[in-house]
Amino acid sequence: MFGRDEKVSPMRLTAVQYIVLGIFLILAYGLWRLQVVQSDFYATLAEKNRIRNVPILAPRGRILDREGRTIVDNYPSFTALLLRDSSRDLTADADLIAQGLHLDPKDVKERIRHFAASPQYQPIYLKDDITPDELAFIESHRNELPELDTIMAHRRLYPRNGFMAHLIGYVGEVSEEMLNQPQFELYNPGDVVGKSGVELQYNQVLMGKNGSRRAVVNSHGKEVQTLDDTPAQPGRPLKLTVDLDLQIAAEQALEGHNGAIIAMDPRNGEILALVSRPTFNPNDFAVRVSRDQWSKLVNDDDHPLLNKAIQAQLAPGSTFKVIMATAGLQEGIAQDMHVTCNGGATFYGRYFKCWVVAEHRTHGVVGIDKAIFQSCDVFFYTLAEKLGIGRIAKYATMFGLGQRTGIDLPQEVTGVMPSEEWKIRNYKQKWYAGETISVGIGQGAVTATPIQMARAIGAIASGGLLVRPHVTNPQDLPPGVIPAASGPDEVRIPLDPQNWQIITDALASVVNPGGTAPSAHLQGIDFAGKTGSAQTISNALKAKLGAAGKANFKDNGWFIGVEPRRNPEIVVCALLEEGEHGYLAARTAAQVIKAYVEKERRTPSKVAQKEKKIEIGAVWNDADPDGEDNDSLRAGRLVIDLKANDRRPTTDDRGPTTND
Amino acid sequence: MSRYISFRDFDWVLFIFVLMVCALGVTEIRSATVHTKFAGAHIRQIYWILAGIASMFLMSLVNYQLLLERVHWMYIAAIASLMMVMIFGHRYLGAKRWIKMPGGWHFQPSEWVKLILILAVAKYFNDLHQRELTWTDFIKAGAIVGVPMLMVLTQPDLGTALTYIPIAIMGLFLGGLRAKQALTVVMLAGLMMPLAWHGLKPYQRDRLTSFLEPEADSQGSGYQVIQSLIAVGSGGIWGSSAGSQTHLSFLPVPQTDFIFAAFAEEHGFVGALSVMLLYFIVLMRLTQNAQTAPDRAGTFVVMGVVAVLSFHILVNIGMVVGFMPVTGIPLPLMSYGGSSVLFMFLALGIVMNIRMRRFVN
Repeated sequence: MFGRDEKVSPMRLTAVQYIVLGIFLILAYGLWRLQVVQSDFYATLAEKNRIRNVPILAPRGRILDREGRTIVDNYPSFTALLLRDSSRDLTADADLIAQGLHLDPKDVKERIRHFAASPQYQPIYLKDDITPDELAFIESHRNELPELDTIMAHRRLYPRNGFMAHLIGYVGEVSEEMLNQPQFELYNPGDVVGKSGVELQYNQVLMGKNGSRRAVVNSHGKEVQTLDDTPAQPGRPLKLTVDLDLQIAAEQALEGHNGAIIAMDPRNGEILALVSRPTFNPNDFAVRVSRDQWSKLVNDDDHPLLNKAIQAQLAPGSTFKVIMATAGLQEGIAQDMHVTCNGGATFYGRYFKCWVVAEHRTHGVVGIDKAIFQSCDVFFYTLAEKLGIGRIAKYATMFGLGQRTGIDLPQEVTGVMPSEEWKIRNYKQKWYAGETISVGIGQGAVTATPIQMARAIGAIASGGLLVRPHVTNPQDLPPGVIPAASGPDEVRIPLDPQNWQIITDALASVVNPGGTAPSAHLQGIDFAGKTGSAQTISNALKAKLGAAGKANFKDNGWFIGVEPRRNPEIVVCALLEEGEHGYLAARTAAQVIKAYVEKERRTPSKVAQKEKKIEIGAVWNDADPDGEDNDSLRAGRLVIDLKANDRRPTTDDRGPTTND
Repeated sequence: MSRYISFRDFDWVLFIFVLMVCALGVTEIRSATVHTKFAGAHIRQIYWILAGIASMFLMSLVNYQLLLERVHWMYIAAIASLMMVMIFGHRYLGAKRWIKMPGGWHFQPSEWVKLILILAVAKYFNDLHQRELTWTDFIKAGAIVGVPMLMVLTQPDLGTALTYIPIAIMGLFLGGLRAKQALTVVMLAGLMMPLAWHGLKPYQRDRLTSFLEPEADSQGSGYQVIQSLIAVGSGGIWGSSAGSQTHLSFLPVPQTDFIFAAFAEEHGFVGALSVMLLYFIVLMRLTQNAQTAPDRAGTFVVMGVVAVLSFHILVNIGMVVGFMPVTGIPLPLMSYGGSSVLFMFLALGIVMNIRMRRFVN
């Protein structure tokens, strides 16, 4: 049945051969086009595929106190992630991974499923800021779980519990808004920059320069080979003028209150301590601040993010009387002025009370010294009437009120020193002479910040040397970095030596029997100062609000103290919000003064004895709600041993140090 | 006069060239999978090739004329096995293509249906002798191929279904298709195109559109196309020493359908052209065997194999160089996979038998 003679047409068979040849020529052309003509183009694409620029993150510089003790350090923070390595069944490994990283296996599987559709080269992030034992788990399972990897970033390790948080500030990812500003133009999205405090002010010093590494990666993003790298330039350390011992004393003194303490060396303007309460924990921001946490901080009525030492503008109350006395004496009015205090007096048809009537007393006949240490309102009402707002404003402005002190911290506010011009400029109204009376006792339109008051009274006690406060010394900054401060470093204001003596002696009497704050007396220490209890609302409004007003609008207690009384080495301003009385603030300030003197005299501080070590950062056990000591949990703890000779931080269980 | 068949007439030249292609395939599979979860695939491929060679020798001993006499039974068995897949098939990645066999084996009937179709078409055109093709012959031949093709399409397996078409075309062409008929069919097919588009599954349409414009979806279905082009292109003339597309697994599953891309990356234009030359020699040797076949049926069988092999090469390498959409058709003898290897060697076995019988009458 299969006849040999019935052959298939040989022409058609030949045609098939030519068709096949044609197909092969077309395919060969295709290969030639790709591999010869466009070879360079595709080689570039292949290069782009496999070579990745991996940034090497530069650690930020440490922040040191005046003695070189570390306040802020970095720690290497690891994030656990999964590479989508084709050789592994991720879901099958999920249980082991979840166990090692202390995660819920269900969550891990859910994450794997959730990211199944996203590109394979994108790793799945599992957990931020893993603990050392979780890191050890990953390292010891490199062979069993090759898909499990980590990336390392340096994160800020701040003191715990908001210690010094306002001065230090915090860091965060650079915002779009910041990138548009000229001083941040060199930064890239994703860079971590200072957002407040010295972290912001001296970001230029603290921020390093990221390096980069060219690495060969596979399609899952796993690095297979390193080609070359440009090392990172770590940020430079920043030395502050702050004395950690004094800062601790101030933090402890303010514990349980809202307000601020600022301690400054009035001879040169070095800030020795700066505390604001309530505070916040910048470590929360170092990892990632949740939306809830942020809105809680921003919307809190007590404004925990506000640095009250430079940002609270409040009526200075009786502390303003020091400036009034200086004005009165320098103008030759107050020396021989004697006023009889009957608990109040009438000016311009309105009755003004003296605070003393609340204690059912009067001051009787008052001269300038008694007016200061007994804080007689009637005397200063009278003085204000005699001086007039023009001369008051002249002296107050001379001593720095109503203007920024020029401290090298961001967002300082000016406060208000009212004058006739000020009223016309802002209210388009004439100044009424009656308004001058309230200003005389630091009420009315006058507002000031704690740093302004500390500076002004420090200047008066120093015989007229008005300095610009600062938290860093220019000689401690790296060359080329100019502190972003404004105004001259110091101004000498002529002050008659006799007047100087009268004022400083009267200030010393304040903390002695007969003064307004005898309980703040420090035995053997030449401590002087002035109390203030400033109303937060007017008496009339308070009366209207009745009992409710009393609870919510307690007076702010102020105290500005110096040591010694003339040419002081230290000036401390304590502001206790809702502190009711100045003497409470005086006691608070006295603790700081005492700590300073004890340290100066090289007697061991009680503070330092009680707490030989302070812990300035422990990030990983913050989840521990009761905050009790649980050393097994303590992993990333930076402890400063105040007694240690070398004054360097000790690290325990922290692994390799970060600043090398 | 009759002569016994002998391995002296076995086409050793063809066999050696086929083995050369297989060897290149095995080395490339090894190179492409060595550090992946597919590691060891080249060893399994060697076993498949050895099994294939054994079945080729066995097949070469079977008189193809006896096979052709029983081809209607085989055709029925083929249809039955495709129906089995439709009923008992094992669903994997959205397609029913396999039947689970005892002992963990998976059997893909659509591959050996290809072989039966070659025989069935050969038998059909042989029986027509040399007369001119009528439209009835045309439709009958179309139905022989069309019925199993539609069944494979429903699995769905567009790629394999397409490989049945060249069997019919080759049969028709050699069977005496007239130019007028060919033109009519091409025009009809052109008119059917929009309808066919509607019949495609979404992923099949994606593959077609991503072929036309791969950058539009570079992480989805266009990914393979782009990575394949990059692999081939970066190979250059002499091959890329880094071979990064394959070795860093940017090219997904390189050992199966994209084996030629992996090879072209590693060995460049020169290497890829050499492989194509080997294939060309194999095809020319096959057509030569078709010319010397003892009868008309033998010619049809060998040319059926030529048709299938050329089509696979055209579609697979065409896909790798960006001329064709991704259809999931392997490169015969090089791509990893048992069914494909066995099919090729069984087909070669029949070809060998035909050659060995060229002087037998």
